[in-house]
Amino acid sequence: MTITTLDLEAKLSLYRSQVELRQFEKRAYDLFLENYVKGTSHLSLGQEAIAAGFAAAMRPDDYTFATYRGHAHTLARGVPMTPVLAELMGRENGLMAGKGGSMHLTSVEHGVMGSYAIIGAHLPIACGAAWSAQYRGTEQVAVCFFGDGTTNIGAFHEALNFAAIWKLPVVFVCENNLWMEYTRTSTITAVEHPAADRASAYGLESIIVDGNDVDAVFEVASAAIARARAGEGPSMIEAKTYRQAGHSRADPGKYRPDEEVAEWLAKDPIPMYHARLLAEGATEAQLAEIDREVAAMVDLATQEAKDGAIPSADLVFKDVWADGGSAWRN
Amino acid sequence: MAQLTFREAIARGIAQEMRRDPSVVLIGEDIGAAGGVFKGTVGLFEEFGDRRVRDTPISEQAILGAAMGAAMTGMRPIAEIMFSDFFAVCWDIVVNEIAKSRYMTNGQMTFPLVIRSGNGGGLRFGAQHSQSVENWAMMVPGLKVVVPSNALDVVGLMAASVRDNDPVIFLEAKSLYATKTEVPDGDIVDSLGTAKVVRQGSNATLVALGAMVPKALAAAEELAAQGIDCTVVDVRSLVPLDTQTILREVSATGRLFTVEENPRLCGWGGELSSIVAEELFYDLDGPIVRITTPHIPLPAADALEDIAIPSVARIVETVSASMNA
Repeated sequence: MTITTLDLEAKLSLYRSQVELRQFEKRAYDLFLENYVKGTSHLSLGQEAIAAGFAAAMRPDDYTFATYRGHAHTLARGVPMTPVLAELMGRENGLMAGKGGSMHLTSVEHGVMGSYAIIGAHLPIACGAAWSAQYRGTEQVAVCFFGDGTTNIGAFHEALNFAAIWKLPVVFVCENNLWMEYTRTSTITAVEHPAADRASAYGLESIIVDGNDVDAVFEVASAAIARARAGEGPSMIEAKTYRQAGHSRADPGKYRPDEEVAEWLAKDPIPMYHARLLAEGATEAQLAEIDREVAAMVDLATQEAKDGAIPSADLVFKDVWADGGSAWRN
Repeated sequence: MAQLTFREAIARGIAQEMRRDPSVVLIGEDIGAAGGVFKGTVGLFEEFGDRRVRDTPISEQAILGAAMGAAMTGMRPIAEIMFSDFFAVCWDIVVNEIAKSRYMTNGQMTFPLVIRSGNGGGLRFGAQHSQSVENWAMMVPGLKVVVPSNALDVVGLMAASVRDNDPVIFLEAKSLYATKTEVPDGDIVDSLGTAKVVRQGSNATLVALGAMVPKALAAAEELAAQGIDCTVVDVRSLVPLDTQTILREVSATGRLFTVEENPRLCGWGGELSSIVAEELFYDLDGPIVRITTPHIPLPAADALEDIAIPSVARIVETVSASMNA
């Protein structure tokens, strides 16, 4: 849902959104362990405030461009849990009937214009959607999420220059969780703030936000999106956060110092927000009710995904081409 | 009816579609007021303005990413990659993003875009500005690949490519830009996936693409003088591939010679040979023979480049030797 003012009701919805993402990711992890989810998957545990805060600041027809770590960004735009979970499980009721998988979640009807698994590729593509919006005069904005590791690939730099010279309505959001995959980003990056320190090279303001504070994320997102919508061009935002789990399913994350993990677990966005809402007038009962409702949603989605059919064989040959087929010769 | 150069035909085909459909836009390096380094977009900036004909930085990933993002949101972009060699710096966007995204999203997205590029040798530009990459594009599921051989086909196939709802790699043979063809007035719209029989013969079938088509035709005239009467098929479109026309024409003569500018390994003629061997084996009267650029990077010197790329003389010699064996 789109939020305009951060009153208590809005904050409760931001809390709910984060809890949905958290509980979904935890369930996705459990389903790996039970071998229902195959292949690989990249969880946003600990990074939920960024997805929730941005989605709340977006108009329903705005565009999201996500990475392979895209479950949270997809759900935050309002895509129901069942098709997302079913996609992870390779079922026909999956978001893409099992043809994309965890790393490529897409729901055009919700403005989720794809999750991209080649580092950096989607920054230029987000520029294209923003250019299209600018050309068509629709005042839509493209929001493009990526990790700290992306700031060292060429497409990042091409896209920033391109967006700046064409004044495109695009917001670049670096989710800086400090670690590339197994390597600390600061050890392989020439500047301290991998995104923010590069902004000035493209004439953009350097913006850093606490990515674990959903209110702060929402405020900075709203400002950047409003700027883009008004034709004032792109922004880049670096949101400091931490992934509580490893890079992917295969990674237990053991390379990280225990004290660092402990420090960031203490800054977990959801308990922090829980405490803030209580201080601002919400009741324990209200928040517990949200937690219970979300748990029931996740259980229902799990059951519906497990009940989903195995994709039919004809899907293999569908939709290579716009005519629905795969023929390359007559 | 006017004599049109291949390069004028590029602009004519694009202009025809831009007048018809405001969602058609053109981006690339130096394509605006400069009219393109090969002068393939001359006049478009003046007619359609900088909103629809936009110069870009030297950022091939940004150019093709922009085209992809625009195509998925309702536009019909035409992007230029100046030299097809430069696909190597943006191949991710082509192969991993544009070609796969419709399939991966279970058909949620379509990509009605055209990527034009100057392709092939003959201009003495050396190995990084001369190679023929039609085989790169052909091997990627999800890409259509169009390679015209003359100005008339350029106009009609450009229109068909722009109107097609799938991504089309439109390769323009650089050595053909100055060639002239009679082109009728008025709108011209051709069809993708249609080969053309450009010479009818009875002894052997030469199947050629792009810049090799005029060479195959010239070779066929010399071969006719030797008593070898050749059919020449212009493939025009590698994907979709008009195998019906090709198989019919090979069946009629019993001999297939491919004439390919791409380097030999995994060139398009290899795939075609396998189709013919599998489906037409008992109609063949002799071996399938491929005439290609050798498996080498292209040299720059004119004397060397002319040895590397199939020439009329090499086509004549190869066909003649095989037919008389």
